[in-house]
Amino acid sequence: MAKILAVDDSASMRQMVSFTLKAAGHTVMDAEDGHQALNIAKTQSFDLVLTDVNMPIMDGLTLTKELRTLADYRFTPILILTTEAGKDKKQEGRAAGATGWLVKPFNPDQLLATIKKVLD
Amino acid sequence: MSIDISQFHDVFFEESFEGLDAMEAGLLDLNVGAVDLETINTIFRAAHSIKGGAGTFGFIPVSEFTHVMEAILDEMRNGEREVSTLSINLLLESVDVLREMLTAVQQKTATDDGRIADTRQKLEAMKADEFEEPELVKVQVEAVTESKDLGWKINFNPHQHLLQTGNDPVRMLRELGSLGELTTEVNDSKLPPFSDFEPEDSYLSWTLTLLGDIPKEEVDEIFEWVDEDCDLTIESIKAPVKGPTRVEIMVAALDKHDVVSVEFTPEPESEPEFSTTESVVDETPVVAVDIEETQSIEATLPVEKTTTKSKIATPAASSIRVSTDKVDSLINLVSELVITQSMLSQIGEHFTPKMLPQLIDGLAQLERNSREMQEGILRIRMLPISFAFNRFPRLVHDMSDKTGKKVELKLTGEQTELDKSVMEKIGDPLVHLVRNSLDHGIEMPEVRLAAGKAETGLLQLKSYHQGGNIIIEIHDDGAGLNEDKILAKAIEKGLVDASDELSPEKIHDLIFLPGFSTAEELTDISGRGVGMDVVRKNIDSLGGSVEVVSNRGEGSVFTIRLPLTLAIIDGQTIRVAGENYIIPLVSIIETLEIKTSEIKLVSGKGELYPLRDEYVPIIRLYDVFNLDPHITDLEEGLLVIVEGEGQRVGLFIDDLLGQQQVVIKSLETNYRKVKGVSGATILGDGTVALILDVPGLMALYRDPSLALFVNHNRAA
Repeated sequence: MAKILAVDDSASMRQMVSFTLKAAGHTVMDAEDGHQALNIAKTQSFDLVLTDVNMPIMDGLTLTKELRTLADYRFTPILILTTEAGKDKKQEGRAAGATGWLVKPFNPDQLLATIKKVLD
Repeated sequence: MSIDISQFHDVFFEESFEGLDAMEAGLLDLNVGAVDLETINTIFRAAHSIKGGAGTFGFIPVSEFTHVMEAILDEMRNGEREVSTLSINLLLESVDVLREMLTAVQQKTATDDGRIADTRQKLEAMKADEFEEPELVKVQVEAVTESKDLGWKINFNPHQHLLQTGNDPVRMLRELGSLGELTTEVNDSKLPPFSDFEPEDSYLSWTLTLLGDIPKEEVDEIFEWVDEDCDLTIESIKAPVKGPTRVEIMVAALDKHDVVSVEFTPEPESEPEFSTTESVVDETPVVAVDIEETQSIEATLPVEKTTTKSKIATPAASSIRVSTDKVDSLINLVSELVITQSMLSQIGEHFTPKMLPQLIDGLAQLERNSREMQEGILRIRMLPISFAFNRFPRLVHDMSDKTGKKVELKLTGEQTELDKSVMEKIGDPLVHLVRNSLDHGIEMPEVRLAAGKAETGLLQLKSYHQGGNIIIEIHDDGAGLNEDKILAKAIEKGLVDASDELSPEKIHDLIFLPGFSTAEELTDISGRGVGMDVVRKNIDSLGGSVEVVSNRGEGSVFTIRLPLTLAIIDGQTIRVAGENYIIPLVSIIETLEIKTSEIKLVSGKGELYPLRDEYVPIIRLYDVFNLDPHITDLEEGLLVIVEGEGQRVGLFIDDLLGQQQVVIKSLETNYRKVKGVSGATILGDGTVALILDVPGLMALYRDPSLALFVNHNRAA
């Protein structure tokens, strides 16, 4: 099972994502913003990063860009959780180096199905 | 796997209410005309989180409502919309509506749909204002045809950098293979000589044939994340059948939940064997919507209307957020306690009289540990008073709007901590006092200017610790209390005699008497039929006090003094007829030895003791509690003068014992409510002592029939 870093400033989303992933047997670490996530990512490695976009201090797109500059994260799948389903938002995510996205709102099953796509 | 997401609702509500508070505070901070990006961003983020969470947890109306707010905030953020008083006020109103909606969802009660719809309409109108014409949204409606798909032919040519997006072609091929029968043909023509080979780049491309009855969406989905990082064509392999027809319609500002019905005639045009979806769209002419009716499609977005079945409407158990510092310090204290305990048990195991000093040291340490533990645990319940102060910027904003008064609000000492339960109960009295200051204290701008004051009034809320108490002060630089008016009113109401000579302080204090209201007419701001007497009563019930100091023309200061916590009080242990009782220290004025000769007997009022310039009634506690007295002679016992609800009485007791902090145990939860007793506590020797409730005792004294115990002595 995979080791996943989940980043969201909303405690309820964080709890739900962590709980869902843990229930599926993954190991999860979470962070409240991009900055915190980046620090965690520098000290240990992850198989997948899930990040919200709108966050204080450092947003998800910046986090993605920053992660891609780290040797350990060049090929690590990074999924962004976004409320905007619009093409430009996805384009922004892609430009930042995200592997894919998951549009909020989503339910636990959708979340697991999506990460299964990149982890298999 | 099915996961019950309702377990996250509490957290969601908690953070949403916090988000709303942040939005409110942010909106009040915004200055008209200026673009304070940081503040707008904070507001936007809060709205955004609520929207996302509400959608995820199935509170669709909340999510939809927030969506409109978010859109307006987004425009402000991008500088496309001016920050105007109108927009701020509308957003504030929306915050209120949203708070009501969330509360309703949380408590599973009904919402005021009219108000919600009304506010939403205003928001949408505001949003639409910005655009001369409604935004046109292109909607594609694809006719469902019974095409006989044999499968798909896919040309997949990843760009060189594909791997660096975290995507992996091999995974995608494997996934395709799971959909149907997959034949792959690899093209390695772009593979460079080995010396130029970059292991991080992608050089291969594939021609794939996927056979089976597979919806295009499933194929699309696999390439969803890479369609711009590769050249991709997906063509259907099909038996020639009646081709699909596509209609493109223009819908004005289509909401994502609107249902669009389109009626059209399929074009009897046969499809070429291979057709790429993309090209078809472009070639298809725009079709008018009202063609001859043949078939109708409903285009709805698959937004799940998750209906949360309401179980039982139980009010959520109140929870508290504790900073990790506090928890850490507790853990620290516990470990110290454990060390002390192990030290003591070591002494106990091999005890010799020589070790007495060590034992005494150990016990002293234990005492210190437990006192620190007690303080640490109480701190968990402590919250900064900003929780109670936070609502005032809004209140002042709304009030200034409504009355035309100009008021500046200054908060100081917001970080002063207060027990959560005290905080909950002090909210209403505080609101009342602030409203009172705004309404009766601070004058209209022209009146202020005429009086030589600044046009803008200053309202200050201060909070700080003093001894074991927390002090909250409400300052206003308004007109101050009008003694003449107060006195006239009090005489008119029969609260004082016209002949009484009262000091200004005494006159000011009259406003706290029941049945007193200085407002000549009740306004909808402070006059709600609730007077200052209720404020004093509420604060008294918390074991606190409130007083006012006022100077004509300069303003007033209301000072509230509150105990830090309701769980522990400083108590005076007293002895009556062989029983121990506790009197809260805050209610004790003084303790006296008295002479029988000083006592006045008044029929109907009993015994009165002349305490300086007033007569205080004497309550013999053994009478109230129906005990066999040990001491009945007033000269042998003591008289404790106590104050409650602004009145004084003397409690006749046998003796004073020690003063100590006592932990209050509720009598109500363990037994029942008893008049005259506010709770019980367990003393050091293990005995239970009742804690006296002074106002209750006074009521009992006036009307003995309220007593739980039938009182034979007094009845006689």
